[in-house]
Amino acid sequence: MAIVRSHSTRYRVWATHAGLVAFLGIILFPLLMVISISFRAGNFATGSLLPDNPSLEHWALALGFNYTLPDGTVVEPPFPVLLWLWNSIKVATISSVLILLLSTTSAYAFARLRFAGKAPLLKSMLIFQMFPPVLSLVAIYALFDQLGQYVDWLGINSHGALIVASLGGMALHIWTIKGYFDTLDKSLEEAAIIDGATTWQAFLYILLPLSVPILAVVFILAFITTITEYPMASVLLLDVDQLTLAVGAQQYLYEQNYLWGDFAAAAVLSGFPITLVFLYCQRWLVGGLTSGGVKG
Amino acid sequence: MSSYVLRSFANGKGFPNLKIGFKLVAGLSLALFGLYLVVALYAQQQIAFALLVLLVLSSAGYVYLNRRAYAHRYAYPAIAGMGVFVIFPLLYTVGIGFTNYSASNLLDLERVQAYHLSQSYQSDAGRFPFRLHAEGDRYSITLDTPDGRLSTKPFIPDGEKLLTLAPQTEAEAADALAMREVIKLRGALSELTLQLPGGDELRLSGLRDFAARLPVYSLQQDGSLVDNRSGERLTINYDEGFYQRADGELVPPGFVVGIGFDNYLKVVTDSSIRGPFLEIFIWTLVFAGGTVAFTLAVGLVLASLLQWDLMRGKALYRTLLILPYAVPAFISILVFKGLFNQNFGEINLVLQNLFGISPDWFSDPAMARTMILAVNTWLGYPYMMLLCMGLLQSIPQDLYEASAMDGAGPLDNLFKITLPLIIKPLTPLLIACFAFNFNNFVLITLLTGGSPDIIGASTPAGTTDLLVSYTYRIAFQDSGQNFGLAAAIATMIFLLVGGLSLLKMRLGKMEV
Repeated sequence: MAIVRSHSTRYRVWATHAGLVAFLGIILFPLLMVISISFRAGNFATGSLLPDNPSLEHWALALGFNYTLPDGTVVEPPFPVLLWLWNSIKVATISSVLILLLSTTSAYAFARLRFAGKAPLLKSMLIFQMFPPVLSLVAIYALFDQLGQYVDWLGINSHGALIVASLGGMALHIWTIKGYFDTLDKSLEEAAIIDGATTWQAFLYILLPLSVPILAVVFILAFITTITEYPMASVLLLDVDQLTLAVGAQQYLYEQNYLWGDFAAAAVLSGFPITLVFLYCQRWLVGGLTSGGVKG
Repeated sequence: MSSYVLRSFANGKGFPNLKIGFKLVAGLSLALFGLYLVVALYAQQQIAFALLVLLVLSSAGYVYLNRRAYAHRYAYPAIAGMGVFVIFPLLYTVGIGFTNYSASNLLDLERVQAYHLSQSYQSDAGRFPFRLHAEGDRYSITLDTPDGRLSTKPFIPDGEKLLTLAPQTEAEAADALAMREVIKLRGALSELTLQLPGGDELRLSGLRDFAARLPVYSLQQDGSLVDNRSGERLTINYDEGFYQRADGELVPPGFVVGIGFDNYLKVVTDSSIRGPFLEIFIWTLVFAGGTVAFTLAVGLVLASLLQWDLMRGKALYRTLLILPYAVPAFISILVFKGLFNQNFGEINLVLQNLFGISPDWFSDPAMARTMILAVNTWLGYPYMMLLCMGLLQSIPQDLYEASAMDGAGPLDNLFKITLPLIIKPLTPLLIACFAFNFNNFVLITLLTGGSPDIIGASTPAGTTDLLVSYTYRIAFQDSGQNFGLAAAIATMIFLLVGGLSLLKMRLGKMEV
């Protein structure tokens, strides 16, 4: 702690608080606004941040109910938001589980076992991870188009394709888990192996129970990455009922069919849980971000 | 695995236990299915895909059967996943970049040939007027041909499609249906094929006749086609990927051929592509560089403030400041799209009330770019803030004490102590951030979709497009799907990104 303080320090602290509050006001404006809009009647309403006469119209539609306007007309939900949310959660959960399984075993090999080509493999995985999948979408589309002719659940317009395609993005997770394994002492596993355990048993019964925290972080990271994935889903999924939220949500804001209020309710409804999960987990993420970056 | 089985026999265990048996069956059936895929893909001329499956299959076989590759078994699935879904698509894309694969040249030569050979025309030689008779809800058709009067058996419209004609023995019913009725049934009639006793087939031609259909082209030994109507010869043009008439006219559809570096040359020489390409490239650099600069500035200042010992309520500030990062990007980008809307957007309402202005956020290029940078700074500063907070913690506090003793102010601290100390670990992260934003497809697609458009471009191109979204639009948007050109541009981006990531690694001094 700095011992020497100038007299102006107190004013500087107050000025900082004032500056931060003003900054937060600007930053949070869009988020507060969209919550406010979700409670306004109609899709073109304007007004103050606190709605003058709140209406649950958009929320009813977002939750999949018909809504009867005051003049008696019945409005049907424009899009199956809950179905999209369910699709997103389904795809994200299955692919996160798969990603976790595969990247944990790989990380184990990279951290503990010796084998030919280990260092170049690790490095090249990280390099290839930098290439955005958007650029090879034509190839990815062609790949699943072909696969779909022989395996139904891997074709275009199937969730299987999206899940399997997300397995390409494991390099970062492998690095994260490997980094954690490196910090754990080898001697426990070595002791187990001397006592007659196989490599697999040492991994399963000794290393894994010690690594639960990092596995949780990687699971959540993978979950958030897949649930917000847009480019591949936009090419691989076609039918309205198959869409994930990330692809479906934009349909609210087409020029010809501008459903601003309905979008606001759907956005808050689906964005809120994801935001909470992220906020809850971010304290683990921060460590991972910088340690991964600095130490490599 | 087989050695495993043999060993259990040798050990005198008799039949291998159930687990090994199960593994064996599962492994064998996977291998068989894989081989089937290879053969099927190869038969379909999908050589690249057949090779891919073969490679995955054989490497999996090696890794899981060979005891020496034991350690590889753990790493194999992840590596195979990357190989199939990252590296293969990448190579395939590079390959497409050297072809003319596009909406007009979609098929391979064999299928184009088959398409041409399936084309038929109505020959005037066998054109016969017909009469339609009704019998209840059934109908029959009668024709006069040189071989005499032929008729079909009664049929239901939209029922059978192929009817045979037989010589009519009874006298024909007098009342053929009027043209009005024929027009009503036209849809059903046009789907009918009538078969003459000789085997030739007739189809509806106009409203009064059934006429023979003949194939337009017949195939020659050398693969060229002869037009049966005019006797003209269509040769294969392997440079353009089309069948070509004698006068040089190309006959669609075309097929995929390798065209070497033409796509790359087009980017350099064709002014209707080069202009937009350069404009988009410069904007991409400005966008990625600007994003890094703005987010770093905002993030570093916030991180420094939050590290300040005298500040209270750091945890609350931190949580609120991280919110933009926590909200899923596809939602917040769309929220901004709505808020910035020219007519109903809340941002313009506020600006109108405060300053009396309402900018054209989506139709004026400069405003659109400003908006994009503002939105991306909003989206990206929390990440930078988190990074900087982590790095700031590693700076020893006594440095600041010493500087305070010497009477340094906050700005001196920032530029003389903080920045020099964190810039080195930060650089690789900044490069990664630059590369990410260089390819920030989702932001552009969801926010502006690239609009407003660049005037005079021959491909879909917008003033706010990044190279990636430009590539995506060339490949997937509208009628002019030009996969070859898109893949060539994608390859250029691959090279650039590869260079960036090598640079990042060099600076990051990665230890394995």
